[in-house]
Amino acid sequence: MAQLFTRDTQAIFWNNNKTAIQRMLDYDYTIKRDKPSVAAIVAPTSGNKFDKFFYGPDEIMIPLFKNTADAKAAQPQADVLLNFASFRTAYDVTMEALEIGGFSSIMITAEGIPERLARKMNATAREKNVTVIGPATVGGIAPGAFKIANVGGTIENIVNSKLHRAGSCGLVTRSGGLFNELSNIISINADGIAEGVAIGGDRFVGSVFIDNLLRMEENPEVKYMLLLGEVGGTEEYKVIEAVKSGKIKKPIIAWCIGTIAKYYDSGVQFGHAGASANAERETAEAKNKAMAEAGIFVPSSFNDLPNKIAEVYNDLKAKGVIGEIEEPEMNVCPKVRKSKEFICTISDDRGDEATYAGFPISSVATPDTGKGIGDVISLLWFKKQYPKWATEFIETVLKTVADHGPAVSGAHNAKVTARAGKSVVESLVTGLLTIGPRFGGAIDGAAEYFKYADDHKLTPAEFLNHMKKEGVPIPGIGHRIKSLKNPDLRVEGLKKFAAENFPATPLLDYALTVEQLTTSKKENLILNVDGTIGILMVDMWRALGYTEEEINEFISSGTLNAFFIVGRSIGFIGHVLDEKRLAMPMYRHPMDDILYDVQVAEKI
Amino acid sequence: MAQKAIREFDAKSILAKHWDKYFPNFTYAYETVLVQNGSELQAAAKDKKWLNEKALVAKPDMLFGKRGKNGLVLFRDQKPGDVSLSKAVSWIDEKSSAAQSVYFSFDGDTPTGEAKTDMLTHFVVEPFTPHTQEEEYYISATCVGDDDMLYMSAEGGMEVEEGWDEKVTEVAFSITDTEEEIAAKIRANVPADVADADKEAFAEFAIGFFKAYRELNFAYLEINPFVLQGSKIELLDMVAKLDDTAGFMMREEWGDVEYPTSFGMEEKSPEVLAIEDADSKSGASLKLTILKPEARIWTMVAGGGASVVYADTIADFAGIDDLANYGEYSGGPTTSETKFYAETLLDLMTRQKDAQGRDKILIIGGAIANFTDVAKTFTGIIQAFDNYADKMKEVGIKIYVRRGGPNYEKGLKDIKEAADRLGLYIEVYGPETHVTDIVRMALEK
Repeated sequence: MAQLFTRDTQAIFWNNNKTAIQRMLDYDYTIKRDKPSVAAIVAPTSGNKFDKFFYGPDEIMIPLFKNTADAKAAQPQADVLLNFASFRTAYDVTMEALEIGGFSSIMITAEGIPERLARKMNATAREKNVTVIGPATVGGIAPGAFKIANVGGTIENIVNSKLHRAGSCGLVTRSGGLFNELSNIISINADGIAEGVAIGGDRFVGSVFIDNLLRMEENPEVKYMLLLGEVGGTEEYKVIEAVKSGKIKKPIIAWCIGTIAKYYDSGVQFGHAGASANAERETAEAKNKAMAEAGIFVPSSFNDLPNKIAEVYNDLKAKGVIGEIEEPEMNVCPKVRKSKEFICTISDDRGDEATYAGFPISSVATPDTGKGIGDVISLLWFKKQYPKWATEFIETVLKTVADHGPAVSGAHNAKVTARAGKSVVESLVTGLLTIGPRFGGAIDGAAEYFKYADDHKLTPAEFLNHMKKEGVPIPGIGHRIKSLKNPDLRVEGLKKFAAENFPATPLLDYALTVEQLTTSKKENLILNVDGTIGILMVDMWRALGYTEEEINEFISSGTLNAFFIVGRSIGFIGHVLDEKRLAMPMYRHPMDDILYDVQVAEKI
Repeated sequence: MAQKAIREFDAKSILAKHWDKYFPNFTYAYETVLVQNGSELQAAAKDKKWLNEKALVAKPDMLFGKRGKNGLVLFRDQKPGDVSLSKAVSWIDEKSSAAQSVYFSFDGDTPTGEAKTDMLTHFVVEPFTPHTQEEEYYISATCVGDDDMLYMSAEGGMEVEEGWDEKVTEVAFSITDTEEEIAAKIRANVPADVADADKEAFAEFAIGFFKAYRELNFAYLEINPFVLQGSKIELLDMVAKLDDTAGFMMREEWGDVEYPTSFGMEEKSPEVLAIEDADSKSGASLKLTILKPEARIWTMVAGGGASVVYADTIADFAGIDDLANYGEYSGGPTTSETKFYAETLLDLMTRQKDAQGRDKILIIGGAIANFTDVAKTFTGIIQAFDNYADKMKEVGIKIYVRRGGPNYEKGLKDIKEAADRLGLYIEVYGPETHVTDIVRMALEK
């Protein structure tokens, strides 16, 4: 892999570091990337499903996940992990990502990871051919393609330092602060950088100078390299070896900082944890001298580095190795942006005509459009255009549950309220408020429990045992009077529709085997209408291609109940209007229908 | 710095605490005590009967070696192995009462290099262990490059240091080696000179030793020598460093361990200790080393890398005699943290005038920040100026500022205005000026 990142590279960002993520998105917008560079955020302690960020003047939502595995499963194309965990957890996060696989590079920002853990993490990554940037780094950048987190600082500085488009220098440093500085120096004295990595300041880092320089040697955009080393360690000598052996042919400019260290004994720690000379050849001076002798361009001091860069760059330009760079067009991020308080993803009233999930109302409303209320529900509830069989099924459900007489608790409540002189809406909601686990809730419960049994491959007998242990009757099973011999025709209708129109009905098939067992115990333990609806809804969603996870979410968010609420509202309103029409008086419950059993309260 | 030296006493205590885990088939009496003076030793003898019953050895426990050659190991009164408690008490009181000179290198028995002089404050006292030279062994482990190294020798004590190449067997281990691979390598490399009868025990001890080194996050661990008598082990002398970045997961394992300053090192000044304390409480990084408090050039530099290049450049242009301090503030310190840091420097800087009557130079430098808000940190520096302006003018200070990064325009403008308002000399530069060029400008004036 000659290039670390491309314009299509996407990352999973571990830890919701909003400033850094926003900086990445500002960069993406500025350089006109097609997709945001952050595909997902791992936020273990957040209960949210997404977070909002600016993308230019607009806002976008980036999904949040509890762990790396879920994030990677949802965004498999994201092959960079930006590990912003603390020094306490950074090791575990990296090792888990290596275990999950599918990452080509992992950047680790924490400083002070225990050395033994850092070594193990780096060695494991190397075995798996994963490039580690860091620990203790600000990251790296492929200008014009992908930028890690805070590298380059503000968007103004990025443009000033020409980090918004590829130049011709490959930059490798230890220090993150000086990385930024060198980008600026290179933009002033040459034409910017093609790729840059700050390898990190800890004693044990993943990719070292030579790894990055060898990759840049293969990268045709890189015409020359700049290495900023440091006192301590022997990594620079590997570079010298590569130059001497001809493995690296492109010109290298290099300097090791920390020349002052020779004046002090080891008690003074200059710079990073990795920066401490244990032997003469690890001093900055020895390394600078050895690099110069190997033919690397070494300035006389750090202060003289800009001149050396200009010299090498101008020479390569004169030779025609480096050409002119065409400055690309950029977007400009607005200075002032306001975050939105509300989000709407289903309808929009800003244009000529309001839309349902992108469809003008008129295009779904009138009969000639061929669309029914099932289509409208599919657009507004699910943001999808469901096929005919599915919308017809939804409509069948709504019609089936519209009413069940005046005696059920919801209808009764609505009627009592209407007789107290309350309005339609007040009476309606008193009816609706009874909908829950006992009234209408069997649809939810049936879907949930039957799906659980099916997912866990329980035999009907095992399922019954399981429910017995839970101590709940099976939702969706049982009817007051109906039995196999005297079937509920609503259920028969739904089953017939499903058999004729659904591509498959695996959960219903399973439920029917359960029904065989329950009815063998007691005649009226049949699959009832609530159960059939809940179970067929699951089959519908499965056939429509939803994942089991998404379907579980529909169930837990109460979507199934919603069908019952809409359908039964029709009936409740009917009862309320009926009361109004009949002008029935205030209702008072007959006292002889109440068992009074009141004791005198004891004193305690 | 990640690797920190600990006292011999603490090294032994850590091994003793985990002895049965790593050395289940060996015994170690763990008869050792750390005292600061004779009366502490007297007091310790009330609990530790062996101090009264056995012949003793006493030596300073202050991170330096060559104690024998420096005459700082007490093991004889009239003859070897006859040191009583009262003798040890009086010897410790004598040695701790006046500064002692210690040499760190020797050619044979002749000291070479310069001695350092300091007070002896910590002593370790143990029983005298009669043993033969054949029972002494050497073992140590550390990390070299990417590998862990285990060094073993059939000879311990001074012999091994003086004949390293011939007498020491080295074994390298990759960090990913399994316990089985490690054990097999150690068994295959037991030094040939170890007596055949002891080879198995030696290997077993070495395997436990290396495992303890790894699992307890030692950065360096040396026992020279240890005495092996059947299943009985004596740790006669130990040197150890811990990887202190592992401290958060080793709290239980290490216990209450202390990181003393080396013998002969200057005690840290209250200012340095205050900065260290602030650093430990902050998510940002605050570092300060005072090199020469009477010198003329002071630096207040943001960023680890930038602080080094400023120091390099000052050494190049002015030489190190003019450099007063080294340090950094970075990682997005708060305004009040920056103020505290700046005031600490200004306080030190304004205590005396330059001996040659020149103006002092304050370099407020830094690269182009990635995420630190420059205006916010500069607000802290400005608040420090407000409090120290009079003293600064009295001493005579020229301020040179160079910085870039988030909000730098405002930061530079604010600091310039503040200095002008307070009547301080200041020159201010941004990213268009090379990072270290203000050093040249300051020194050319």
